[in-house]
Amino acid sequence: MRSIILVASTRIFFIAMLLVSLWILLRGHNEPGGGFIGGLMGAAAFATLAFAAGVDDARKMLRIHPAVLMGVGLVLGAVSGLPGVVLNGSYLQHQWLEMDLGLFELKLGTTLVFDIGVYFVVIGGVLSFMFRLYEEEQG
Amino acid sequence: MADTLDLLWPVLIPIMTAALAACFWHNIRAQRIVSFIGLVMLFAASVKLTMTVVEHGVIAKQFGGWAPPFGISFVADPLAAALVAITGLLALAVGIFGFYDVRARHERAGFYPLFHGMITGVNGAFLTGDAFNLYVWFEVMLVTSLGLLVISRSREQLDGTIKYGVLNLFGTILFLIGLALLYGATGTLNMADLGQILPGMTLTPGLMTAAMLFLAAFAIKAGLFPLFFWLPASYHTATFAVGAIFAGLLTKVGVYATFRTFTLLFLIEGDTLRYVFTFIAAMTMITGVFGAAVQWNIRRILSFHIISQIGYMLMGLAIATPIAWAGASFYIIHHIIVKANLFLLAGAIRAAGGSDDLRKTGGLLKSHPWLAVLFLIPALSLAGLPPLSGFWAKFLVIDASLRAEYYGLAAVALVVGVLTLFSMMKIWMEAFWKASPVKPSRRRYVPVAFIIPIVMLGAVTMTIGLFAEPFVTFAREAGDVLVDPPLYIAPVFGAEAAAEAGALIAGEAIDADAIENGADNGVEEEVQ
Repeated sequence: MRSIILVASTRIFFIAMLLVSLWILLRGHNEPGGGFIGGLMGAAAFATLAFAAGVDDARKMLRIHPAVLMGVGLVLGAVSGLPGVVLNGSYLQHQWLEMDLGLFELKLGTTLVFDIGVYFVVIGGVLSFMFRLYEEEQG
Repeated sequence: MADTLDLLWPVLIPIMTAALAACFWHNIRAQRIVSFIGLVMLFAASVKLTMTVVEHGVIAKQFGGWAPPFGISFVADPLAAALVAITGLLALAVGIFGFYDVRARHERAGFYPLFHGMITGVNGAFLTGDAFNLYVWFEVMLVTSLGLLVISRSREQLDGTIKYGVLNLFGTILFLIGLALLYGATGTLNMADLGQILPGMTLTPGLMTAAMLFLAAFAIKAGLFPLFFWLPASYHTATFAVGAIFAGLLTKVGVYATFRTFTLLFLIEGDTLRYVFTFIAAMTMITGVFGAAVQWNIRRILSFHIISQIGYMLMGLAIATPIAWAGASFYIIHHIIVKANLFLLAGAIRAAGGSDDLRKTGGLLKSHPWLAVLFLIPALSLAGLPPLSGFWAKFLVIDASLRAEYYGLAAVALVVGVLTLFSMMKIWMEAFWKASPVKPSRRRYVPVAFIIPIVMLGAVTMTIGLFAEPFVTFAREAGDVLVDPPLYIAPVFGAEAAAEAGALIAGEAIDADAIENGADNGVEEEVQ
């Protein structure tokens, strides 16, 4: 059964949840948040979409297979440790780049790459079974 | 100075391989290529690690540059390094076997990411020097092995997987509770740090409970008496490649964790614990070998033999003398190769005779005589006949038990050895000697991809058997480190680790008192 109200409101919620999940991902290093929590939220956004509009729509919105997303995330996580090997001889020793952009100071680190990796792995991991479960229910 | 980065690659390479294979989810051909390159690189890296350890002794590495008790240490002592090397060899062998055995639908179901993920978990568990990190690797191993076990999605596999999953999850939970108790009592989970702190503490009920929880958890993982039921219920349902890697590695991770825990954290002192281990070792050997006697499926027979062989390894823990540890270390390494080879041979017998049920096959001596010979190498080695590797393995543990006056245990080991021989002969007689009960409709061929790894592993078994000297020396070194915890602890807190980390934190690691006295200069001196 499809509810028009649910489908219509989901479009808005989907975007809002995804944006919030990104915000949580980015504030993560020094404040509560980060890749894992952000990833769960992002996965929840897609799960809501799958619940309201069907798994096919959600899969289309994700564009790539959840397992691929996991793979990409793992690669990012693993690669983020390599600069440390080159610069300090210690894997996962994170490197920081600080820039003064006039208005505010930008502090970028390899931890961000790691966190984005975690974000992808969590979304991919959750969705790869969530989609299958919904498909069984609907199909 | 030893290149401690060697510790990184045996874990990073399989995790990268798994990740890249997952990236090519829809491109099976690319996955195959990535997987094979990963396997070759892993093998090279694990051999390099072993060579470094042979040359420099125990090496340790702190990840992320955090000082020892806080960061996660990776430590390779001779036993761990040898196990990583064997894992690399076995992964490569099974990878080659998989060229034919892994079907397209297994590949589409994610065989390669899962397989390499499992290898990551195994290598991580061998190398980690942190108890909580060990738990994480156990989880990685459990999740991926569940996926591998159920990869054909048949009813039979689902049944086996549920039994495997439920008991192993239970074991993991016990482990986690034990860790919580241990952390509550000591405030650290770095194994080297625990090895320093625990011997000086009085054994409170909480610590005692933690020790027993660890024992129960690892007993489930290792398939010790009486917690082994999941093993023969699940292993024979897996595909042949998966079954071989499971049979070779998974239980041994449990054995390794038991060894590590009861040499480094909880020392085997007093008779009570020794009686417990002696009893468990003897019962594991006996129940395993008798369980095998009534089975007809080749891999079920072999599964029960895994259990009885684990009993031999546990003899090291029961006797706990340096020779016993050396014997047990040698035993694990010998066993991984032989057992995985036998599981691969079960696949070859199936390919040659059409069934892995001994009642439905036969006459292979006439049609595949060389397969009969290839089978005899690991089979007789498992039973402990000279000049194969199993003979030295059994000789070392039984010799150790006689010297320590564990006559009962030695007798059990000898009798179980004879029964193992009986059991191997049963497979050989049924599969090769007797006439086939069904007329073969066509000539069956064993694919070359099956023969290469079987020959490879058989050659290793022969090499260990014929040139046992360097391997025994290596096992002695492994035993020495197990007996002497400071050899394991020192490199973790070594000068190199201290120099890597920030001066103040490293200073605390070396000498906590210096900071308590507020002597910053003293700390600086300590670091230098």
